[in-house]
This record gives sequence, structure tokens and C-alpha cells, in this order.
Amino acid sequence: MAKFKKKTKTSENIPTSALPDIIFMLLFFFMVTTVLREQDILVEQKLPQATQLQKLEKKTLISYLFVGKPKNANLYGTEPRVQANDVLINTKDIILWVNQEKDKLSEAERDQITISMKADRDVKMGPISDIQFELREADARKLLYASTGKVQN
Amino acid sequence: MAKGKSRTSQEVNAGSMADIAFLLLIFFLVTTTIASDKGIQNLLPPKQDPNVPPPDIKLNERNIFNILVNANDQLLVEGEYIENTELLSEDIKDFLLNFGAPDEDAVALFNGLPQSLKARANRDPKSSDHPMSGGAVVSIKTNRGTSYEKYLEVLDQVKRAYFEIYAERVGLTSDQYRALTGKNPAEKALIDKGKEGIPLAISIAEPDKIGGN
Repeated sequence: MAKFKKKTKTSENIPTSALPDIIFMLLFFFMVTTVLREQDILVEQKLPQATQLQKLEKKTLISYLFVGKPKNANLYGTEPRVQANDVLINTKDIILWVNQEKDKLSEAERDQITISMKADRDVKMGPISDIQFELREADARKLLYASTGKVQN
Repeated sequence: MAKGKSRTSQEVNAGSMADIAFLLLIFFLVTTTIASDKGIQNLLPPKQDPNVPPPDIKLNERNIFNILVNANDQLLVEGEYIENTELLSEDIKDFLLNFGAPDEDAVALFNGLPQSLKARANRDPKSSDHPMSGGAVVSIKTNRGTSYEKYLEVLDQVKRAYFEIYAERVGLTSDQYRALTGKNPAEKALIDKGKEGIPLAISIAEPDKIGGN
């Protein structure tokens, strides 16, 4: 017992004054990298995996389309649907939506609009090709199949 | 006065600062979605004018690399059933760099290629003439019932074949080549040098109506 007592005498408290600084550094990192989610996603989103990913540079030119099974099946059914902004839209309304998105951009950048299609991996090609057809009609030809990375074999 | 005050406590108790910072940290951790604008880029063909019939492009069968994916996600590549897509990108590279019947421009292109790519030229008369425009095309055809995941997997492999060729030409790895942004002239020159003469010719056919809705 005496031995233990001797040890405890040396230094009892750890200096914690630098701890807040470390935490603050972490905090700032997350504050900077955070993009607060602006919209609720109403469809299921399990992005497919791919290896040949490319990053898009100009974030302002990107508009997002979400495709997948509705989360709320009682309300919207089980067939894959398209979500633009906050609402589920029909495939034929995509042209209208693209034109609205184009109006938000400046005149010079309008033809550079890029659609990032975040489609669930369980969606079939039928709906996807319908969307692509509408995008062609709307003259928004730059398309990005959003996907997550996979280790290359 | 001053002395009396300074004696009582000189240090501010900073221990609870950490707790406050932790609370904020946890809040941001939970709300964070690290933006990921990554994916596979694709350029859709321009829309068809209903008054103008689609242009009748004559392509020899040997210049088309056919990939069919059916509604059960099974692959038929150049008429042969294959199990998985692992070797697909190698096959496509061999097809693109076949140089079966090159014209003058294609010969010049061939002479400019690095040795490792030249070695792929089998000069098979049954495979593609040359990879320049008007030459080799990779065609992907799906059914409406094909899963999006499989389609993307195939497209991924086709892209991989092209990017590996491009990267090889400029002496980079495929990852480095894809990370080029083209923001500064040096990067743009590299991108253009990789692509020069070998356009990304991927044809994505309209899916037919089997197995879908």
C-alpha cells in the first residue's frame, strides 16, 4: 500500500488546457467540410459502385435528380420515381424542371448544365432510359451517373 | 485592490470548454454529408429532329464492339456469353488498338503510341480498323429490365479501357489521368494529348422492351 501512495504523489492531474484546442480544430474541419442538407430525399438511395470516377469541378452547374423507390410506399407506390428539388415528379415533367434549372444559371453557362443523376442501384434501365430521353429533349446532355468508389481489382 | 484580486484565481477554468466544443463537434458530425460529386460522366447524343431521319452511318460490323446485357443481367460480348466483367476492359483495349486496316492518319497515330500500346495491335482483319473517328465504336445495348447497377458496371469497364489508353499515352496512371481537371494549361494539354486521335466512342443504344415496364 505504501508503494502505491508514493506513486500517486508525483502528479495527480493531467493538463487538459490544450484539449479544447484540439477539439476546436476538429470542429473547424467539420464546419468547413459540411454541406447542410437542403432537402429531404424521398426515394431510396443506395448508389452503385464504380471505379472510373471523375469529379465535377463547378458545383454551381450541377443539378441533382434522384431516382429510386419511394421511401413512403403507401403514398407513392413501389415503382421507381424521380425526385427533383423537394418533390417527386413525373418523367415528362423533367423538361420543365431542366428549363427552370437553366434559368437559374447565367446566360453564358446555360448550355453547360450538368445533371447529376443519383439513381438507386436497384432501378431498372427502363426508367433510366426514359429520363435520358427527356434530358436529350431538354438539351441537357451532360450527365453524371453518381456513384461511390470501389477498390479496383 | 489589484493584488487582492489576482491572488484569488489566476487561471480561467478551461476544462468545460472541451465539453462545449464536443457538443458542437457532435452536432456537425451528425449533420455532415461530405459532398460527393463523383461519378461516371456521360454525354448524351443530341436530340433527334422528328422531321429529319436519323443519319444513316455505315459502319462495318468489325468496327463495332457489341456488348449486350439482357434483363437477367447476363452479358453477351461479341456474340459470346461471359460470366463477369473482369476481363472486359482488356478485351476492349485489344479491340480499340487492333489497327486492322489503318489509313494514313491512323498509321501516324499508331507510330505516335508508346511501345506498350503498340504491342496490343494484333492487326486482325476481323477486328477494328483503327480507333480514330469513323473507326472503332463500343456499343452497349441493354433491355429495359436490365439493372442500372449492371449497366453502370459495364460502362465503367468501357471507360476504364479508354482511360487506361489515354493515361498510358501521357505516361500517367489511370487514376492520375482522371484526376486531371483541365484548370491550368499544362493539365489541359495532358488531357488533350491523351485523347488526341482516339475519341471516346461509346454508343449506348436505346434499350428494347424486354423485361421492363
